[in-house]
Amino acid sequence: MPLKISLRINDTQTTADIPDERLLVDFLRDDLGLTGTHIGCDTSQCGACTIHLNGKAVKSCTILAAQADGQDIRTIEGLAENNKLHPMQAAFREHHGLQCGFCTPGMIMSSLDLLARNANPSEADVRSWLKGNFCRCTGYQNIVAAVLACAAELRQDGHHSRQS
Amino acid sequence: MYRLTYRRPHDLAEASHILTEEPDAKALAGGMTLLPSLKQRLLQVASLVDITQIEGLSEIEIKADCLKIGALATHDTVARSPAIQGSIPALAYLAGVIGDSQVRNCGTIGGSVANNDPAADYPAAVLALGGRVVTNHRAIEAEDFFHGLFSTALVQGEIVTALEFPIPRAAGYAKLPNPASRYATVGVFVIQSANETRVGVTGAATGVFRWADAETKLASTFDKNAIAGLRLDPTDLNSDIHASSDYRAHVAGVMLEQAVTQAIHNTKLA
Repeated sequence: MPLKISLRINDTQTTADIPDERLLVDFLRDDLGLTGTHIGCDTSQCGACTIHLNGKAVKSCTILAAQADGQDIRTIEGLAENNKLHPMQAAFREHHGLQCGFCTPGMIMSSLDLLARNANPSEADVRSWLKGNFCRCTGYQNIVAAVLACAAELRQDGHHSRQS
Repeated sequence: MYRLTYRRPHDLAEASHILTEEPDAKALAGGMTLLPSLKQRLLQVASLVDITQIEGLSEIEIKADCLKIGALATHDTVARSPAIQGSIPALAYLAGVIGDSQVRNCGTIGGSVANNDPAADYPAAVLALGGRVVTNHRAIEAEDFFHGLFSTALVQGEIVTALEFPIPRAAGYAKLPNPASRYATVGVFVIQSANETRVGVTGAATGVFRWADAETKLASTFDKNAIAGLRLDPTDLNSDIHASSDYRAHVAGVMLEQAVTQAIHNTKLA
């Protein structure tokens, strides 16, 4: 018998019937078509599936959709406002923080959790924080540059970065 | 993933009842080991009993000389808790070097201890600190709790509800993480209290253990000169593609020195 869940995804209340063992990432991608959240491994290590659960970065491949019942979810699709990229997305584009782009949604969601805790991270803080996100193209250099640039911009603007 | 039934009980009694009645049911907390194991079909369960919505299992409090941490406190919570940073900073440090940031946002202290992975960080701390594992039935001393390789004193239907730690005079933790998994290749937790010096080692063998030689040497003089050149006996240590038993024996000595240095540093700050 399917399980009924009701959760908030990118500010929209969503109700669905799911099999008990459905992973959140499969629910987001296959049932809701939110394919910006990626699956880069089967071993819970790569971080490409990172989303925000109640504002914190978690791997959506390592949580059941059932566990997210009643919770608040934000995915990469929920960052841009009125077709304007979120400052973190814009910084990744500006600083060439991606090549193939596969890891990018996870990198961005994870980095936003860092900035929510620490508005002024050091390069070492960023590198340490992103240990759970693998990039096989860039060598991380420009990813780190993008996160630091976004942090500086948000501090300068006094911009309240949009979080879940 | 195999088919399973998801349950979300409202209190401990209901959770314990399900886990007692259904032998193939398993408790789910942070799920950071359990879900990857299920995904890869290394494990099959009939039901998952999600205990994360049960109230009152994540409080952190200090009473007299004892730090109590609710089983559902995440590694991130432990790492950033002012109460833990102030009482046992080495424990907050340990929590902050577990896995990666996403794992620390989900994984729990109770789940880690109940799972007793031979390379997990927390068991070294629980054993070295002389902690107690509190369950819905009883309190179990660390010495009696860990039975080696994913095995513990927990019985069917028993759920870890909290960890209790006597606050030591000094404590330090150091590990050499596996660069991919970030589990401990070897991790060493050292403590000094008014009446004893204890050293817990994880990652080196099939389960966490105390390092008697190191304890004896540090009991007479608690500084790194006392343990200079000390290494573990490699005979019963793990040997795998990541590290030979000889290498682990050596690294344990290096981690011990780092842990002692951190313990002394922490004491000076306090």
